[in-house]
Amino acid sequence: MSIEQQLIALLAIPALGAVLIGVMGRLHPNSREAATFITAVMLASVAWSLASAVAHGARGEIVLSQLNAALSIKLHIEPLGALFATLAASLWIVNSLYSVGYMRGNKEKHQTRFYIFFAISIAAAMGVALAGNLFTLFLFYELLTLSTYPLVTHKGDQATIKSARIYLGILMGTSITLFLPAVIWVSMINGGEFTLGGTLQGKVDGPTAGLLLALFTFGIGKAAVMPIHRWLPAAMVAPTPVSALLHAVAVVKAGVFSITKIILYIFGADWLFSLNTTQWLVWISAFTIISASIVALRQTNLKRLLAYSTIGQLSYVVMATAILKPMAEIGAALHMVAHAFGKITLFFAAGAIYVASKKIDITELAGIAKRMPITMTAFTIGALSMIGVPPTGGFVSKWYILAGAFQADNFLAIFTIITSTALNAAYFLPIIYVAWFMPETVAPKKEHGEAPLAMVIALSITALLALGFFFYNAPVLDLERQLVEVMQ
Amino acid sequence: MIVLDLFHYWTFIALLMMGFYTVIVKNNLVKRLLGLSLFQSAVFLLFIGIAKVEGGTTPIFTNLVDSQVFSNPLPQVLILTAIVVGISTSALGLAIILRIKEAYGTIEEDEIQSREEEAQ
Amino acid sequence: MLSHLPILQVVVPMLMAPLVLLIQPARLAWALTLATSALAFAIAINLVQLTTSDGPMLYPIGGWEAPYGIELQVDGLSALFLLIVSGASTFVLLAGYQSLISEIKESKLNWFFGAWLLALAGLLGIVVSGDAFNIFVFMEIASLASYVLIAGGPNRQALPAVFKYLIMGTIGATFYLIGIGLIYIMTGTLNMSDIATKLPSVVDQTPILVAAGFISIGLALKAAIFPMHAWLPNTYCFAPNMVTAFLAACSTKIAIYVLLRVDFTLFQSNLIGHLIQFKIFLIPLACMAILAGAYMAMRDTLAKKIFAWSSVGQVGYIILGAALVSHSGLTSALLHSFNHALAKGTIFIGIGLLALQAKSGELSSFAGLGRRHPLAAIAITIAGLSLVGIPGTAGFLSKWLLIQAVFEQPNGVIALLAIVLVSSLMSVVYLARFLETLFFPPAPAGSEPTLPLGATAILVMLALSSIYFGLAPALPMELATQAADTLLGYGK
Repeated sequence: MSIEQQLIALLAIPALGAVLIGVMGRLHPNSREAATFITAVMLASVAWSLASAVAHGARGEIVLSQLNAALSIKLHIEPLGALFATLAASLWIVNSLYSVGYMRGNKEKHQTRFYIFFAISIAAAMGVALAGNLFTLFLFYELLTLSTYPLVTHKGDQATIKSARIYLGILMGTSITLFLPAVIWVSMINGGEFTLGGTLQGKVDGPTAGLLLALFTFGIGKAAVMPIHRWLPAAMVAPTPVSALLHAVAVVKAGVFSITKIILYIFGADWLFSLNTTQWLVWISAFTIISASIVALRQTNLKRLLAYSTIGQLSYVVMATAILKPMAEIGAALHMVAHAFGKITLFFAAGAIYVASKKIDITELAGIAKRMPITMTAFTIGALSMIGVPPTGGFVSKWYILAGAFQADNFLAIFTIITSTALNAAYFLPIIYVAWFMPETVAPKKEHGEAPLAMVIALSITALLALGFFFYNAPVLDLERQLVEVMQ
Repeated sequence: MIVLDLFHYWTFIALLMMGFYTVIVKNNLVKRLLGLSLFQSAVFLLFIGIAKVEGGTTPIFTNLVDSQVFSNPLPQVLILTAIVVGISTSALGLAIILRIKEAYGTIEEDEIQSREEEAQ
Repeated sequence: MLSHLPILQVVVPMLMAPLVLLIQPARLAWALTLATSALAFAIAINLVQLTTSDGPMLYPIGGWEAPYGIELQVDGLSALFLLIVSGASTFVLLAGYQSLISEIKESKLNWFFGAWLLALAGLLGIVVSGDAFNIFVFMEIASLASYVLIAGGPNRQALPAVFKYLIMGTIGATFYLIGIGLIYIMTGTLNMSDIATKLPSVVDQTPILVAAGFISIGLALKAAIFPMHAWLPNTYCFAPNMVTAFLAACSTKIAIYVLLRVDFTLFQSNLIGHLIQFKIFLIPLACMAILAGAYMAMRDTLAKKIFAWSSVGQVGYIILGAALVSHSGLTSALLHSFNHALAKGTIFIGIGLLALQAKSGELSSFAGLGRRHPLAAIAITIAGLSLVGIPGTAGFLSKWLLIQAVFEQPNGVIALLAIVLVSSLMSVVYLARFLETLFFPPAPAGSEPTLPLGATAILVMLALSSIYFGLAPALPMELATQAADTLLGYGK
C-alpha cells in the first residue's frame, strides 16, 4: 500500500469495523468480539507499517475533501502522529482482549453498542493523529468527544448522566469557546497547515502568540491542564476498559498530542522559545503536576486516584513540550508512550480487582495481593513506571525531560519533576505496601482469585510493555529524533 | 396651503394609524380584523390617490384627441389585485375566528388565554 | 423548453392546486401533491444547473419586455432558495404521509394538499419574481395558504396562534406594500432592476428613506427577526407536525431572501450611509435574536417549541452573517439558510414521527422514545449536531464562515465572537436536554407499533445528507458563494 492508501486505511478500518461489529452483534457475541479483534489487528498492522515507513523518512498527505478555496479535510503523516496512531492502535488489541473479560465478567448490558462506539472513538483518535491541518484536527477532536459520550454514559443511571454532563460540558465548552476561535484565527493567518518548524513566525507578534497559545492550551480540554481538568475524574463513571484505553491513552493523549503538534507544527518551538509571552505554560503545567499529585494523595477511590495521577502525568507531556528544547520534545513523545503503558496497566488492574472482588476503594485493598498476585504484580510495575523507577519506561521519559530542562536551564521544571516524583511515590507506595504485606481487613462478598483469564493476559502484556520500554525504546527514539532535526 | 394640498396623504396616514391602533389595542378578535382591513384599505387609497393625474381622463386609448391626458391605470390595476388579497385575508381571518369561537366559546383574546390556562 | 423553466416553476404547483382539490381518496391526493412537488424540485435542480453554467436567466412573461411587462429572474441567489423550498416540500411530503393522516381529517386532506401546493407556488413565486409588486402578491398567496395549513391540525391552540400570525403577517406584507408604493411614486416602475437604475436620481429624497424603513421592518416581521418574532414559537409549536417541518425549513428564509434581494439590489448600492444603517439596525437585533432564541429554547418544556425558539436564534445567525456585509458573512448566511433548512426540517420530521407515539407535545411525553426507535432518534441527533455546528456536519461550515466574517470586522470582534460561541454552547444545552429525554429514561411501557419504515428511511437519509454536506459541501458552498457574489456585485 502507498502512504496515502495507508492513511485512508487507518481511518477506514475502525470505521468499517464499527459497522461490522454492529452487524455481527446481531448474530452472536463471539462473532462480534472476533470482529473487534480482527479490526484492531488490521489497524495495528497498518499503523506499524506506516510508522516504520515514517521512521525511514517517508512522508505523505492526502486531501479527502476540498470544502472551499481555503478549507480542506486533509490527512498527513509525520513522526509524532505515527507514534500516537501506532500506540493507540496497538493497545486497542490488548484492550479488546481485556474488554471481553471485563464486559462479560461484569455482565454489562448493551455490549454491542459499547464495541461500536469504541471503534468509532478509535477512528476519531486516528483522525486526530493524522490530521493534516487545524480544521481536520478540530473535526476529529470533536468527533472523539462525541463518540466517547455514549461510552461514558454506558451505565445510564442518574449519577452517570450527571457526570457525563460535566464531561461533555467541559470538553465541548472549552473546545467551542476557545479552541475553535483559535483554529479559525490561525487558519485565516496561515491556512492552518501543519509545517514542521511552524509558520506563524513574523505573522503575529509576541502577545498575540501568547494569547493563541493560551486559547489552544485551555481550548484543548482533553489535555486536562488545570483548571480544565474536572472532566477526567467525571469520566471515570465509564466501564474500566473505557477509562483504560480512552481516558489513559487515546482521548487524553489526543489532547497532549494536539498541543505538542500545534507547538511544533504551527508555532515552531524555536520561535516560541525566543518569546517571553509563552513561559507561563511551564508554570501552569508545573502547577497542574504538583496539585494533581496532592489531590491524588487524598483520593480513596482507586479509579479517581488514577484519574488525578493521569492529570499530573499529562501535564508532564505539556511541560516537556513547553520547555521547547530538543531533548524535552523527545521526552514528551517518550512520555506519551511510557505513561500509556503504565497507566493502562494500572486501570486494567483496577478493573480486574473490581470484577473479581467488587472493591473500588484503596482502603479495602489490604492483602489483596495474596488473592490476585499477577494483577498486583502488574499494578506494582505500572505504579513504579508512574513514579519513574528503573527499570520501567517511566524512567526513560523522565530522564529525557530532565535532560531537556537542563538544556533550557529551566529550574522550575527540574524542581517540579523531582517534587512530583516524591509525591507520586507517596500515593502509590502505600497502596502497594498494604496490598502485599498487610493482612486482609475487608472480607470480599464472595471468595475470589484472579479476574477472568482474558483480563489477566491483557494486564500482563501491558505490564511487560511498561518494563520492556525501559530496555527497548530505540525505534521510538529514532522516530521522534526527526521531530527535532530542525531545532537548534 | 401645503398641508391641505397633501390631504390625500394625511387621509392615508390617519386611516393607517386608526387601523393599526385597533389591531394593537382591541381585545375582540373581530374588531382586530376590522382594524386590519382598515389598515390595508388605507394603503389601497395611497395607491389610488397617486394614480390621479390632474385633468386626466379614463385611460382608454382612442385616436380622437392626440394630446389626451390619462390617469395612471397601473396603480388601480395593482390595487385591484391587492383588494382581492385583502378580502381573502379578511375571509380567512373570519373563518379562523369562527373556529376559535367553536373551540373556546369566546372571541375575546384574554378569555381565550385564561381558558387555555384552565385547560392545563 | 428550458427557457420556460422559471415560469413552469411557479405555474405547475399553482395549476395543480385546484386539481388536487377534486381528488378524493386522500392517498391519491397525497401522491399527486408529492409528484407535483417533486416536479418542482426537478425544475429547481435544472435551474440550479442552468444558472451555474450560463449565468442569470430572465423571463419576460407573455413576451412583454421589462419594464412594461412582468419579468421573472433566476440567478444564483434565487436558485439556492428555489432548491431549499421545493426540496423541503418534497421531502416533508415524502416522509409525512402517516403523520398527516394522523392529524388531519381524511375527508379534508384534499383541501389541505391544495393549500400546500398554493403555499409552495407562492414561496417559489416570491423567489423567481423580478417585480416588486408581484413579490407582494406571491407573499400573500404563500401566507394565506400557510395560515390554512397551520390551522388545519387537531390542536386548538393553533387557532389563536395562527390568528396572531395572520395579523402580524398581514401587517408585515402591508408595510412592504407601502414601501413599494413610495418607491413607485418616486421612480414610476416596479421592476427591480429598473428601479435599481432609476433610484440614483431620486435617492436623496425622503420617501426613499421611508420606503427603505417600511420594507425592512415589514420583511423583518415576516422573517421573525427579533423582536418581531412573537408569532413564530406558538405557530410552529401548534401547527401539524409536517407543516412545521415545511414552514420551519423555508418560510422565514424566503422573507430573508426578499430582504436581502431588495436591500442589496436597491438600497445598498444607492443610499448613502445605508450600509451603516443596515449594520447598526440589524447586528444588535441579530445578536439579541441569537441569545434570546437559545435562552428560551433552553427553558421551554414543549418539544416542538424548543426547536421553534431555536429557529428564532438561527434566523439571528443568518441575519448576523448578512448584516456583516462581507463576502464571507453573506456566504455564511446563505449557506446557513441551506444547512438550517436541512437540519431543522429533519428535526421536525423526526419529532413528527416520534409524536405518532407521544401522548402530548410535552417534552416528558417523548421520554424513552429514542430507545424504542433508535434510528429516528439518531437522525434527530445528527441534525441537532448540525444545528449546534459540530464539525463534520453541514452546520459547522456556516458557523466557521460566520466566525471568519466576525474576525474580519474592524471592531466589536470579541463581543460578536462571544455571542456566537456562547450561543453555540447554549444550543448544546437545549439539544442535550432533548436528547437525554429521548435516550436515557426507560422505553415507555406497552406494545408500541413501529414507526413507518419508508418515512424513517427518508429521515435517516436527510440526517446523513447533513453529514454529507458537512464533508463534501461543493453544491451548497458553490451556490452560496455565487449568490454572495451576485448580491455584492450590485454594489460595483
